[in-house]
Amino acid sequence: MYDDRKYTEENMPKTGILLEVENTELKDINFGLVTAARDTGANEVLAFTTEELGTEAQNDLARYGVSQLIRLRTDSADITSSPDNCAAACVQAAREYGLEYCLGLATAFGRDIFARMAALLDVELAADVLQIDFKAKTAVKSHFSGKTMATVSLQETPGLLTVRPNAISPVEQPATLESSVFQADIQSQAKVAVKEIKTSDDRKMDLTEAPIIITGGRPIGKPENYAMLQECADVLGGAVGASRAAVDAGYAPHSMQVGQTGKTVSPNLYLACGVSGAVQHFAGMKTSKVIVGINKDKDAPIFEKCDYGIVGDMFEVVPALTKALQQEKQG
Amino acid sequence: MQIYVCLKHVPDTAANITLKGQADYEAGAVKFVANPYDEYAVEEAVQLVEKDGSGEVVLVTLGPSEAVTTLRSSLAMGATRGLLVKTDEKFCDSKTTARALHAAILQDGSPDLIFTGKVAVDTEGSQTPYRLARLFDLPVANEVSALAINDGSAVAERELGAGNREVLEMKTPCVIGTTKGLNEPRYPKFPDIMKAKKKEIKELALADLDPALDPRPNLGKLEPVPERSGATMMEGSVEESVAQLIRTLKEGKML
Ligand SMILES: Cc1cc2nc3c(=O)[nH]c(=O)nc-3n(C[C@H](O)[C@H](O)[C@H](O)COP(=O)(O)OP(=O)(O)OC[C@H]3O[C@@H](n4cnc5c(N)ncnc54)[C@H](O)[C@@H]3O)c2cc1C
Repeated sequence: MYDDRKYTEENMPKTGILLEVENTELKDINFGLVTAARDTGANEVLAFTTEELGTEAQNDLARYGVSQLIRLRTDSADITSSPDNCAAACVQAAREYGLEYCLGLATAFGRDIFARMAALLDVELAADVLQIDFKAKTAVKSHFSGKTMATVSLQETPGLLTVRPNAISPVEQPATLESSVFQADIQSQAKVAVKEIKTSDDRKMDLTEAPIIITGGRPIGKPENYAMLQECADVLGGAVGASRAAVDAGYAPHSMQVGQTGKTVSPNLYLACGVSGAVQHFAGMKTSKVIVGINKDKDAPIFEKCDYGIVGDMFEVVPALTKALQQEKQG
Repeated sequence: MQIYVCLKHVPDTAANITLKGQADYEAGAVKFVANPYDEYAVEEAVQLVEKDGSGEVVLVTLGPSEAVTTLRSSLAMGATRGLLVKTDEKFCDSKTTARALHAAILQDGSPDLIFTGKVAVDTEGSQTPYRLARLFDLPVANEVSALAINDGSAVAERELGAGNREVLEMKTPCVIGTTKGLNEPRYPKFPDIMKAKKKEIKELALADLDPALDPRPNLGKLEPVPERSGATMMEGSVEESVAQLIRTLKEGKML
């Protein structure tokens, strides 16, 4: 099935990525995935999706270095409402295109499809990785609930990996993009069927996908006070998180919790307001690129573990920050 | 109902991990517990058998001899008996793990349902339920936070992020990976703990189960996550420190 060819410039290793599309829109978190797959130009990147993408999305993908956009289709089985069929179609595409590696995002969708592919192919899956070294055939991933980092080897073909959203920053590296359709010829393997998607009323950005997160800890005091953080998040283009103490006090839903028993996030910027800096909280956000602590206690443990700090009352600092950012935006 | 729950013996998430060698840690210095996500699996299985009025909940663990203590504390939640497949490999690869669990269950009986947790908090692989399902040729849903078992079918809900949920339907038997929200795992009471001491735990050696099973951890290195050395403080009034922060973040291209 796979041969150990020697690669020339024209015969670059091919890396496939599975795109995340929501309501026909390409999510921004895909671009970091393209950069991860591209490996500064060493790999040719083939992007797969079951959806139809418009010209704008195609141009964006080309700008980050995708050279083939391939729409997965099949007449023999339903791939949109069956994760089993979607995984089977991806496996067939991986074989057909001779992919060395297949990369997806470590989101609810990516985790599910890639684990199904790993089971079908009976190959290892490196889940939720933060770095990839294609030359050394290794990847770095979180281990022991974020307390340690493990280097795992990627020995099988195709190498399957899911990458933590935002962990690898997107870098533009233009390529010429061609689009095509791949007709997968699969017998339906649907064992589970998606019956319904229950959407929440307020369409907020998911924490794990947000490039910027502003979190409020226990001193937020009541649910309504999160509006102050939401306002700041809106200016920043980010999402709002909570500590477990705030969730346990009933100020925020569990879906907003960051930490060992909540979400693990790697945004570019993490602003922790009124958060003491417990290890369990850090287990979920340590891999953020920049961490800012805003705390009224100058001796709060968070200041020992973050990049920038402001000593002050969050009820004064956050509105001031929002205002200053709004003024910047207006010019 | 015959329900199997795959349960992993893992270091307590609150424990400090002391690394040693290239890819090892001081296991002796750490308290071990049942993988937190597996507790939802045990609770769900026990509730289903209680409701059904008959059947058993069998806990299956691949791990060291010490895992018996973890099995006992989970048996105290109301499970019937345990199977321990013994290996000294601390980080058994996921393919071998699934094969071992599959072989142990197959040898023991015929499952109406198989539960696992959505992810093990030590190796963070989140793939065992899928591999098990493939080996049994059964449907699988992971990260399940709501479940209804009807006659011959299961309806499961999983969180998609941003508050959206996916409703999945499948036939039973099936494999379900559980997560927070599914139920509230019970705290065993003293009499349950005493009762659990007498429950059967059958021990099997991995090689006896299947000589072809050869755990190959693919872990090259374990390192602590680098700690930051301390914050650069923004000084002055609220307005001044905010302005300084924005400037600094802009310089670092974070804004
Ligand atoms: C097994 C286990 C799992 C856990 N999982 C998680 C998890 O997933 N996520 C998580 O967050 N925690 C988790 N925890 C809890 C964690 O240990 C801490 O208790 C929790 O993170 C504390 O939350 P906090 O910082 O919001 O509150 P506190 O500890 O109460 O800290 C509040 C901080 O805000 C400061 N402050 C007070 N008022 C103001 C103000 N007006 N302006 C600015 N600063 C102010 C205080 O100086 C203090 O530093 C877990 C614990 C255990 C044992």
